[in-house]
Amino acid sequence: MRVLIMAKEGEQSDAATPPTPEAMAEYQKFNDELVKAGVVLEAGRLYPSSQSKRVRFDGKKRSVIDGPFTETKELVAGYWLWQVRSIDEALEWLKRAPYDGGTFEVRQVLEYEGM
Amino acid sequence: MTAGPSRSVRSSSTRACEGARAIGPRDEDAPEGQGRHETAVTEAHRAIEAIWRIESARLIAGLARVVGDIGTAEELAQDALVAALEQWPVEGVPERPGAWLMGTAKHRAIDLIRRRKMLERKHHEIGRDAERAQEGVDLDPAIDEEVGDDLLGLIFMACHPVLAKEARVALTLRVLGGLTTGEIARAFLVPVPAIAQRIVRAKRTLAEAHVRFEVPSGAERIARLASVLEVIYLIFNEGYSATAGEDWVRPALCEEALRLGRILAELAPTEPEVHGLVALMEIQASRLSARVGPSGEPVLLLDQDRGRWDRLLIRRGLAALERAEMLGGALGPYALQAAIAACHARATTSAETDWPRIVALYDAVAQLAPSPVVELNRAVAVGMAFGPAAGLDLVDALVAEPSLMSYHLLPAVRGDLLRKLGRSEEARAEFERAATLTDNVRERELLQRRAGECAAKPMAG
Repeated sequence: MRVLIMAKEGEQSDAATPPTPEAMAEYQKFNDELVKAGVVLEAGRLYPSSQSKRVRFDGKKRSVIDGPFTETKELVAGYWLWQVRSIDEALEWLKRAPYDGGTFEVRQVLEYEGM
Repeated sequence: MTAGPSRSVRSSSTRACEGARAIGPRDEDAPEGQGRHETAVTEAHRAIEAIWRIESARLIAGLARVVGDIGTAEELAQDALVAALEQWPVEGVPERPGAWLMGTAKHRAIDLIRRRKMLERKHHEIGRDAERAQEGVDLDPAIDEEVGDDLLGLIFMACHPVLAKEARVALTLRVLGGLTTGEIARAFLVPVPAIAQRIVRAKRTLAEAHVRFEVPSGAERIARLASVLEVIYLIFNEGYSATAGEDWVRPALCEEALRLGRILAELAPTEPEVHGLVALMEIQASRLSARVGPSGEPVLLLDQDRGRWDRLLIRRGLAALERAEMLGGALGPYALQAAIAACHARATTSAETDWPRIVALYDAVAQLAPSPVVELNRAVAVGMAFGPAAGLDLVDALVAEPSLMSYHLLPAVRGDLLRKLGRSEEARAEFERAATLTDNVRERELLQRRAGECAAKPMAG
C-alpha cells in the first residue's frame, strides 16, 4: 500500500532559521535508510505558507487567498509518499525519524480502483 | 542438544512467527472490558509484526554471514522474535528494536557456535588451547561488521542457481520478503505443506552443496546476478498476469517484486541490468489498474485508458532506465525490454506508438537473449509497424516451435493478425484454441469473448 506522510512541523514550518548541519545530516541518514529499504517513492519539502495561496470554492465563485496562514499547527511543511506493506510498518518507520517536534500525519492512498 | 536451536525449538518458533500475524485481528475482536493490558498486548504484537517485516531480512542476512547457512540464521532470528513476543508486550518496545533483535540473536549465535566448536573438538579430539582462545576473539567483530553487503549476500544465496526456480522464488519471498509460508502458498495457489517442503528442501540443498555466504565477483557475479534478476521478475510476473486462478493480477506480488528490485538497485547501484529490471517493473506496474476492467476482466495494452496509468511509476521507470543507460555499454535484455515499455509509456494514445522503434528494440533483445517468446513479441510489433501480413509470416514460422506448443499467446496473437486480415473463421478457431490453453479464468473469458466477436462481426481487411 501507499501512504502519504504529511509533516506538520508547527511553528517550525514558517520559521526562518534553517536546520543545523547536524540535523540535516541526521535527516539525510534516515532518508537514505528508507530509500535503501525500498520505501520512498517520492519526497518533497514545501515553501513556507507566506509564499503560498489558497483557492476557495463557493458554488461558481472562486476566491484566491494569499498566505501566510495562521493555523500553524496544521500547515504541511513537507511530505513523503511511501510504499509499505501495512500502516503499522509505516508507523514503525516514522517513529525512527530524527525529529524532536511536530506532528506527522499518515494517510493511506486509495489505489487499484475497480479491483 | 548439540544442534543448537533444535528441531523442537524451530517448530515452536515458526508457530510463534506466524502467530504474531494472526494475533492482531483476533485480539481486536475480543469482548470489551478485558482491560488496558489486552490493548497494550495487541498494540505490541502489531508493532512486532511490522518491525519483523522491516528487520527480518537484515537480521537473517547478518546471522547467515556468521553461521554460514540460511536455515540456522532463520531459526536464530525467529528465536529472537519469540523473545520479543514474550518481553515487549510486558516491558514495552525498545527504542531501537532492530538492534535489540540483532543483539538477542547474536548472543544465541555465539552460544551456538561455541557449542558447535565444542562438539567438533570432542569429535576430533583437538582440544587445543589456542583454538579456544581464538574463538572468543573472532566472534564479536564478525557479527558487528558493517552489514551493507549482508543483504546482498543473502539475496545471492537465496537465488543460487543450484536451486530450482520455484525453490529460489519461495526462499526469496520467505527470507527477504518476510512472508509466511501461508502467504507464499496463497500467492502461488499451492498448498501450504508443499511450500513448507519446498523451503526446507531449498535450505537443505544449499547446505549440501556447500553454497557459501558471499557477494560473488567477476564472471561468477554476472551469472549469479542473472539468477537473482530472474527470481525477482518471476515474482513480478506472477502478480502481473497470474498463470492460474480467478484473479488476473495480484498487485501484492508486483509490489513485493518491485520492493526487492528497488532494494537491489541501492545495494548494487553500478549494475545496469538491475536498473533495467527495476525500470521494466516500474513501467509495467504503472498499468496495473488500467489492465483490469470493471468486472475483473483483462484489458489489453492498446485498449487501456492511458489516463489511468500511474504517472509516478512511469516517471520512476524512465529515471531507472536512464540510470541503466548512464552506466554505459550496450543495454542488456531487461533494459531493452524497459526501453520497449517506455515507448508505450511515452505515447499519449496507442496510435502514437513508435512501432518501428519497438521492432528495432526487439531485434536487439532477440540478438542478446533469443527465445521463441521474444520472436512472438517481435512479430506483434512487426504486425503493428508493417501490417498484419508481415506479422503473420513471422508467427507462422513459430507454429512448429515445440516450446510454444501449449503457450496460449501464440494462437491469441495469430488470431488477432488473422482477424485484421479479414480471415475471421481462422481467427475464431485460434482464439478458441488459445482459450483452452490458459489456466487463468479471466484470461480464458477474454479469449472466448474475442472468439465470439470473430463469429459475430467479421472485421474488414
